[in-house]
Amino acid sequence: MSKDNPTLIESSTFPRHVIAEIQRAAKTGIYDIRGFGAKRDIPTFDDLVFLGASTSRYPLEGYREKCTTEVVLGNRFAKNPIHLKTPVTIAGMSFGSLSAQAKESLGRGATLAGTSTTTGDGGMTPEERGHSKTLVYQYLPSRYGMNPDDLRRADAIEIVLGQGAKPGGGGMLLGQKISPRVAEMRNLPEGIDQRSACRHPDWTGPDDLEIKIQELREITNWEKPIYVKVGATRVFYDVTLAVKAGADVVVVDGMQGGTAATQDVFIEHVGIPTLPAVRMAVEALQEMDMHRKVQLIVSGGIRSGADVAKALALGADAVSIGTAALIALGDQSPEFDDEYKAIGSAAGFWDDYQAGNDPAGITTQDPELAKRLDPILGGRRLANYINVLTLELQTLARACGKSHVHNLEPEDMVALTMEAAAMAGVPLAGTSWIPGKNGM
Amino acid sequence: MTAINLNESSVRELNEKLQSGSSGDQFSVNNTVGKHALSVGLTSEINVEINGHVGYYCAGMNQQANIVINGNAGPGLAENMMSGEVRVTGNASQYAAATAHGGLLVIEGDASSRCGISMKGVNIVVGGNIGHMSAFMAQSGCLVVCGDAGDALGDSVYEAKIYVRGEVKSLGTDCIEKEMRDEHKKELKELLKQSNMNHKVEDFRRYGSARKLYNFDIDQVDEY
Repeated sequence: MSKDNPTLIESSTFPRHVIAEIQRAAKTGIYDIRGFGAKRDIPTFDDLVFLGASTSRYPLEGYREKCTTEVVLGNRFAKNPIHLKTPVTIAGMSFGSLSAQAKESLGRGATLAGTSTTTGDGGMTPEERGHSKTLVYQYLPSRYGMNPDDLRRADAIEIVLGQGAKPGGGGMLLGQKISPRVAEMRNLPEGIDQRSACRHPDWTGPDDLEIKIQELREITNWEKPIYVKVGATRVFYDVTLAVKAGADVVVVDGMQGGTAATQDVFIEHVGIPTLPAVRMAVEALQEMDMHRKVQLIVSGGIRSGADVAKALALGADAVSIGTAALIALGDQSPEFDDEYKAIGSAAGFWDDYQAGNDPAGITTQDPELAKRLDPILGGRRLANYINVLTLELQTLARACGKSHVHNLEPEDMVALTMEAAAMAGVPLAGTSWIPGKNGM
Repeated sequence: MTAINLNESSVRELNEKLQSGSSGDQFSVNNTVGKHALSVGLTSEINVEINGHVGYYCAGMNQQANIVINGNAGPGLAENMMSGEVRVTGNASQYAAATAHGGLLVIEGDASSRCGISMKGVNIVVGGNIGHMSAFMAQSGCLVVCGDAGDALGDSVYEAKIYVRGEVKSLGTDCIEKEMRDEHKKELKELLKQSNMNHKVEDFRRYGSARKLYNFDIDQVDEY
């Protein structure tokens, strides 16, 4: 119903954004491709709350009693596991989708905060390696820029089987973002659309993956932790198979996970939310008696220390942030509101990461726009943000009486909705009821 | 010549030894019995002779080394090879030289499907036939086939060049036959010489990208 005219009733089936999309499709003949992540309303960590300590538990003193946050990743088989000061890591994002300055900022920020950052499709840039104390190298289906020297230069290797924004889908870096440098790194002509494959070119299933992991370990002298990243769909089975194949770390990316360029229909309609994905992954690890032996990193819509704490309480060892990290660098900043308006958007709504005309200079290869991001300042902002997440995480953990953030557990939480209770496997607030458990 | 017997040494011990080899070193590897990830990640100009069949990813990511396999090779032979030369006297399974950036891969026998998938600069010479979807999304480099090619050759090929002496069962999307100019004849002649294949350049035809799918065009949607 319009507030100006109560006789105008908007259709639930055909609201204005649906009508606009039909009109856009009819005009252009092509589906909508965009960046960012799922925008639809789905159960999230916001639907859980912590049960702070009271008579039956005692809390730890804020600012005084220690609540440690260090995390070790990849100590199953690798000679050199990763040691991080905080369980908040930076997710893989490519040079190509992001500017070199943005990649450098991510490396600087992660290093200042004592955590890792991750390469992306297109390979490793010297700026990124040089400014990242701990760098995870993504091994992707396209193998753009992939070379064994960079594999050895990395601190860990992440084999990407999928991502939350598009499980089962590949990618497309549109021609307008293919600068001479990006084209050279990817060994393709400048200005053409670059297809990123949806599956790896030299294996087809989990048995092959086990052999691929063996090959990567042989090439890197069994030094580097091997992560396996999946988009959240059949999480229980995917995690089981990744562990069976020999992963040191499993990364599960929920449907809220961001993307640089994907069909809207894919972003909004494929994959499951992060909330149930964590529980399913933990159940798989526990069933194999591998929980805490193979580490679990969860990503997809992590925004606050509360999200981090809840993911860890459900059993994750660490989280990854992508979209939130870009926002910390300056994405969606009101400072650029006029320019967002000029390209038909607004700060807080802009999602055309694929277009290359990012006013904040982050998701672009335009040298003039890219100059707007100062990597030193960007790195500082990101470090500040990660530090805030870590402080919030510690605050919540102390309130639950935990001296290490990994001591948070599902028992520390309840759900505010039946959906969240069922997905997360914690009781509905005020009850002992977990939908789907014990036949109920 | 250093001999390594895989009945006595592990794959880890083999690769450690080869990876620490110095330019000019000679190695022979025996009793391979289809083991995986043999001779991977080599970085110097050593010579390795592998006697027997090998499993997955033999010679993976090779840099500079000269590797000869006297036998057949499993999937992913010389995947992502950067430089050097790899030769198989028998046949090779799927995805040979997948995403390889450089060097020369010679398969004296037949190669299975998806040979040269997403190749990024490597040169591949196959003495016999190749399977379906070979050179799929091939970016650069040359694929030379002295026998026949299976279905959908060069599907979605970018700038790679494909030379075939025999029959092509079908071409993939956006792959077309192209004129064989002098520069191509010269290039092919050199590749045949390097790989010890005794064929006339005139018997080959060249295939490559029509470049119609380089930028998405809704009017081309039926091609996918």
